[in-house]
Amino acid sequence: MKLTTLILGLCSASAFAFAAHAESITIATVNNGDMIRMQKLTDDFTTKNPDIQLQWVTLEENVLRERVTTDIATKGGQYDVMTIGTYEVPIWAKQGWLLPLENLGADYDAADIIPAIAGGLTADGKLYAAPFYGESSFIMYRKDLMEKAGLTMPDAPTWEFVADAARKMTDRAADINGICLRGKAGWGENMAFLTATSNSFGARWFDENWVPQFDQPEWKNTLDFYVNLMKDAGPSGASSNGFNENLALFQQGKCGMWIDATVAASFVSNPKDSTVADKVGYALAPDTGLGKRGNWLWAWSLAVPAGTQKADAAQKFISWATSKDYLALVAEKEGWANVPPGTRTSLYENPEYQKAAPFAKMTLDSINAADPTKPTVKPVPYTGVQFVAIPEFQGLGTTVGQLFSAALAGQMSVDDALAQAQSVATREMTRGGYIK
Amino acid sequence: MARAVSTRRKAAFTAAAWLVAFVIFFPILYTILTSFKTEPEAIAGFSLFPSWTSENYVEVQTQRDYFKPFMNSVVISVGSTLLALLVAIPAAWSMAFSPTKRTKDILMWMLSTKMMPAVAVLVPIYLIFRDTGLLDTRIGLTVMLTLINLPIVVWMLYTYFREIPGEILEASRMDGASLLNEIVYVLTPMAIPGIASTMLLNIILAWNEAFWTIRLTTTNAAPLTAFIASFSSPQGLFWAKLSAASTLAIAPILIMGWFSQRQLVRGLTFGAVK
Repeated sequence: MKLTTLILGLCSASAFAFAAHAESITIATVNNGDMIRMQKLTDDFTTKNPDIQLQWVTLEENVLRERVTTDIATKGGQYDVMTIGTYEVPIWAKQGWLLPLENLGADYDAADIIPAIAGGLTADGKLYAAPFYGESSFIMYRKDLMEKAGLTMPDAPTWEFVADAARKMTDRAADINGICLRGKAGWGENMAFLTATSNSFGARWFDENWVPQFDQPEWKNTLDFYVNLMKDAGPSGASSNGFNENLALFQQGKCGMWIDATVAASFVSNPKDSTVADKVGYALAPDTGLGKRGNWLWAWSLAVPAGTQKADAAQKFISWATSKDYLALVAEKEGWANVPPGTRTSLYENPEYQKAAPFAKMTLDSINAADPTKPTVKPVPYTGVQFVAIPEFQGLGTTVGQLFSAALAGQMSVDDALAQAQSVATREMTRGGYIK
Repeated sequence: MARAVSTRRKAAFTAAAWLVAFVIFFPILYTILTSFKTEPEAIAGFSLFPSWTSENYVEVQTQRDYFKPFMNSVVISVGSTLLALLVAIPAAWSMAFSPTKRTKDILMWMLSTKMMPAVAVLVPIYLIFRDTGLLDTRIGLTVMLTLINLPIVVWMLYTYFREIPGEILEASRMDGASLLNEIVYVLTPMAIPGIASTMLLNIILAWNEAFWTIRLTTTNAAPLTAFIASFSSPQGLFWAKLSAASTLAIAPILIMGWFSQRQLVRGLTFGAVK
């Protein structure tokens, strides 16, 4: 009895000693379906790396951004891996806040990352974040309603066609809106959609000398088009609709078309939640024939803050979470349709994925159609398709978003909204030292 | 006849009181109802009739551990309240029974610190916490919440103590009681209802504090406010799950408030709002 007790005691003591020796890394992330799935699958990582334990901090997107910015700017060292967006990566890399990912392992195959996505995460030729999932935006439409309207959606439609189709599909009596678009104010909300749309209308935020361009006809055309289209064919209360509100409307069969993140395709085609799962078609975001489409480019990526003491363990985790093996693991456990999309070229060449995700080709085409380094028709001094990669953009984008949301709600005219946007942007850019 | 009018007036006042209580309680009720809806129902619009699904609670339980943040909330809110009382009782005693001509100014100054937006001092506080190793610790948060709520605690205790006749304390002094004995054995027992209501209110304030508890923690000391914040999703429906998480987070404090309501009301009517 005594011997058994002693052996058990020694075993537990050695277990404790081992646990105490294990390195623990803290990962900050957002609450997205793909991220939650990853948290459930981490046993695979800890089995392969028994000396590393994982701790998760999941927060709302804006809180996470603020929290992570505070920590990284003060070198608080609270996080070892951070989930950040395409907007932050070039700015933070330039500030020296991120470590370059140079130890991802020999079999990581960084060349397999979709070039458009990798381009947004690279600075001075070094990869500063590895994409966990990537997205562009495209049109999701109801094939049955399109047919009823007597139209056929081309793979690459124009805005003129989309507006015409939206008005024809609208049936207020049946509670069907021809088109659902973002209207909720915010730099990552309505301004993501409107900035990408404005690119296709030939507009730009700033000229080569950082002078705001809201007083130019291209922006007036963009906003007039958007407000009139939403008035004729959009849902009521559209000025408070973001991704989730439009997702719910589309899933309930209340939208003829919805232009939003390609990630939404897996939601609207899932029969468990969507009443129109078998009636959805996909097309590239529209253009006006100027050579740029109204689609954006975004990736939620994993990066290592410069303040961490556990850079090696952090890179090991990033290598696991963004590898080809991880995609295969998700496919094995949850099916190919649930694999995080938009990061690796090889995924789109996989016939099993193509079969499980009918939106795969259109997603890849949309991602490839976006160029963050040359986002607009006319030249610009900034990078970013649906944002301007400067620190001031978060505040400025949200302020302009509030003005445009007010124009959509009918609280101010398009001309007033643009005039105020021009005035606010000029003031901010002068204050920031961009305009001399 | 007079009696009939009086009854009618009583009924009207009772109905009005119930109406006001219902309006105040409605957001909590709606959160609880939403937690029993499916995600599409939750975002579809106003409805008081859920489909009574419990899947959100199951999902919340499987996604995150509830017990650890719950224990953190208990330790932080109770700890900060006790620490605040330890500091505030002597402070309120001196202000109530030995006032100087600057006492009112000091009280106003203390209250004025509550008017400052918290975000204005986020970076300095974060740096202090970083340098003292208090980030993501229960002790750090306990101290922080003590400091935040101290002005309110001092003010409440001050108003309660002012109601106690100074002659009783003088009598105890004449009987030879020391300063400590005077506070512990004479003042505190007489002010128990006031202290209890201050304590309860402070626990509720600390339990609900979201700005600092989210920003100064990561995993070890994160309380229920961080637990709730983790269910908001930028891409994907989340209102029903968020409501279930909120219901779980407010349930303990709601139950505590329910059982201690008599003490709370007695304390509140004991002091300046009598």
